Amino acid sequence: MPGADKETDLSERIESFLSELKRCGSGAGSLRGSAETARETTALLRRTTAQARWGNAGELMEIIRKEGRRMTAAQPSETTVGNMVRRVLKIIREEYARSRGSSEETDQQESLHKLLTSGGSSEDNFRQHFAHLKANVIEAINELLTELEGTTDNISMQALEHIHSNEVIMTIGRSRTVEAFLKDAARKRKFHVIVAECAPFCQGHEMATSLCKEDIETTVIPDAAIFAVMSRVNKVIIGTQTVLANGGLRAVNGTHTLALAAKHHSTPLIVCAPMFKLSPQFPNEEDTFHKFVSPHEVLPFTEGNVTQQHLTPFSTLKTEIVNKFRKKKLTQK
Amino acid sequence: MADSDGRQVDSINHSTGNICRLKLFKRKELTREEKQRLRKEKKQHKKNKKDDRGPPEKEKEKEKASVPAPSKPATQSPAHKAAPVPVNASASESPVAAEKPAKSKAEQRAERRARQDTERASKQGKKEGGQLSASSKPKATPNELQPVVKRLPEHIQVDDPAALKKLAKKLERQQVRQINIVPLRSDYGYKVSLFSHLHQYSRKNPPTQQISIPATVIHPSIVRLGLQYSQGIIAGSNARSVALLHAFKQVIRDYSTPPNEELSRDLVNKLSPYISFLSQCRPLSASMGNAIKYIKKEISNIPSQCKEEEAKRRLQECIDSYINEKIILASEAISKYAIEKISDGDVILVYGCSSLVNHILCEAFEKQRKFRVIVVDSRPRLEGKEALRRLVKKGIRCTYVLISALSYILPEVSKVFLGAHALLANGYVMSRVGTSQIALVAKAFNVPVLVCCETYKFCERVQTDSFVSNELDDPDDLIVTRNGKTHLENWQTVKSLGLLNLVYDVTPPDFVDLVITDLGMIPCTSVPVVLRVKNVDQ
Repeated sequence: MPGADKETDLSERIESFLSELKRCGSGAGSLRGSAETARETTALLRRTTAQARWGNAGELMEIIRKEGRRMTAAQPSETTVGNMVRRVLKIIREEYARSRGSSEETDQQESLHKLLTSGGSSEDNFRQHFAHLKANVIEAINELLTELEGTTDNISMQALEHIHSNEVIMTIGRSRTVEAFLKDAARKRKFHVIVAECAPFCQGHEMATSLCKEDIETTVIPDAAIFAVMSRVNKVIIGTQTVLANGGLRAVNGTHTLALAAKHHSTPLIVCAPMFKLSPQFPNEEDTFHKFVSPHEVLPFTEGNVTQQHLTPFSTLKTEIVNKFRKKKLTQK
Repeated sequence: MADSDGRQVDSINHSTGNICRLKLFKRKELTREEKQRLRKEKKQHKKNKKDDRGPPEKEKEKEKASVPAPSKPATQSPAHKAAPVPVNASASESPVAAEKPAKSKAEQRAERRARQDTERASKQGKKEGGQLSASSKPKATPNELQPVVKRLPEHIQVDDPAALKKLAKKLERQQVRQINIVPLRSDYGYKVSLFSHLHQYSRKNPPTQQISIPATVIHPSIVRLGLQYSQGIIAGSNARSVALLHAFKQVIRDYSTPPNEELSRDLVNKLSPYISFLSQCRPLSASMGNAIKYIKKEISNIPSQCKEEEAKRRLQECIDSYINEKIILASEAISKYAIEKISDGDVILVYGCSSLVNHILCEAFEKQRKFRVIVVDSRPRLEGKEALRRLVKKGIRCTYVLISALSYILPEVSKVFLGAHALLANGYVMSRVGTSQIALVAKAFNVPVLVCCETYKFCERVQTDSFVSNELDDPDDLIVTRNGKTHLENWQTVKSLGLLNLVYDVTPPDFVDLVITDLGMIPCTSVPVVLRVKNVDQ
């Protein structure tokens, strides 16, 4: 039966996506960029919309929510997944509202008055069946996908507004958005870039070699030298993994130090983040967003034998992603 | 003068190693006055030679001040004692027998400084088009105020070709009587433009490769020491100073005074090429600089009637007492003060491997204090692993993180203990690169920062940023292979790529809450007071 085939095909794809998500977080698999993850999530959700069985908007939203929960559970640190799921849910609600014919404004704004007087839950509203809902939703998701394609380019177009000639720019680790940003500016302006290598994965090295290909003067420094050279830096431009609801960032290890050093020297800090990185999550506690990776990158287990013989405990920590902080100037698409 | 000429010739021959001829002549010991006269004549002879070669500016200055001033840039060789200033001319020309050598040395140092001042001014005058009237005026004033004219250390003048040429000449001149030369190390790799005034050497080209065997100028223990420095086998300012002093003890043991020289002067001359060699291997640290100053002072304070054996024994004792007082006892005193600051239940953060801080923690652990330690480490040196090993061996509970995880780990920390390489006169702390970062983030989290430093590391230099005087380590250390890929492998071939491997950085005093020294616990800004008190004592 074609329907069943489609379903198994769909669940296979979802399973493979989930396992990839699980793997990529540990650093063992290939580190994929957030843009890729966002694109794949959206594509998967579009396929779900097309192939899954649902009767009305409410059921569709239930299915999407379920899949979304599974995906975020597979890799909680990859917040773009959750963000894209929320975007798709919003698309469904919008399309539903448009199909109903009611003007968007009054339905979108849940005024306090409406909440008090309506009394009942608004979920009943999503039970109506519309013939073209599926097509509309899929079209809207396609639009979302094209939007995703163009984010990096849109950010890079603003590069010349922020970088003047002979500047010294500092960045940390590797961010594809920042890379494209700097490369775009390098076509017209001459400036220097200092890259902090961001141990232990040393993604800064990749960033530096990639920037050099465009003839940008690059210097690689170890993380310890960030404060030492900050006095000569004109701007700090960084990428991030997530932008949190209170304006804080969840970014690669060492970004907090970089930000504090920039603040001490009154150097402006610019964050380049596409729309899909904005997340409605709040950092309630400092500890909730950390992700730990195996410490063997830092201190191999073979060296641990020295201490085992003396029967003394020592613990090794390595944090791959640390969230923080408030001071920044946000540049969005 | 023929006789003295003959003797002069013989003394020169003696120094080239023609011992047989010497023995025939110099059977009896010269008296002190004769030695001094000989020395004076030798210097006069050399000065005459230099005067002939001097450029015409000298004549102009002669008119202005009526004193022959050799305008050829002279180096620090203490053998050259010209007298440009009329006031001191008589004093230096007639060495009074009763005069203590130290006093005339101080005057001569002052003259030398004044002379260098005028030379520098005259060089500038030459550039500006010969305004020598302005330049010769400062010559008069430095003499009245005790001149504190500092010569720029050569290790921060790499971008000045004139300074490099001077250094090469100085190294050559120090070996003018011997065949071998102290090699001039060449820089390696592309230097980041901000640091083009500093040297950058590669560990794969040690300076000892260019020394021929046998190295008769440089004592073998000094050669070994230089190699150990350049390869990083001996690292850490205390370790380097102690190794240096032990090597000097060996040098003094093997030293024998040549017949017409005095130990107090000749030994200092012998040490100069060694020091140049060591600074070519690795730039001298502030602690080493202070130790060298102390030794030179002790050597020149040896009274001339002292017999050689006695003098050597005395010098060895001085060195031993210096090590004992300034390093070993000082660390005991610092531990005592620091242990008062460690309470039970503390979580202490340390950075890298500081021998002093490790000592403090081990002592505190022996005194049954309950605390745990977080060791922060950074690439590329990864010295924290050594500290970790030592502390764990003692039985202290440790945690090991890299410096990028600092803001994660700091909320748990109650105190930060840092070691220092040197304390500068404006209160800045010069230490391993990354220390300022730790102090900055600790300040942001309101964690007290305590710096532990012995007083012999205090230095009179003033520095406000980490660029002007620093050390560049081998840039190849930054290269790392992960997952079989080495991204920076061919960094030399890529035109616009530079690797920066800094060794030191300076921490502003507002990040440091307390400095624990052997004199007590002082704030960072009290360093110049300590220096002043120390100078008065001496």
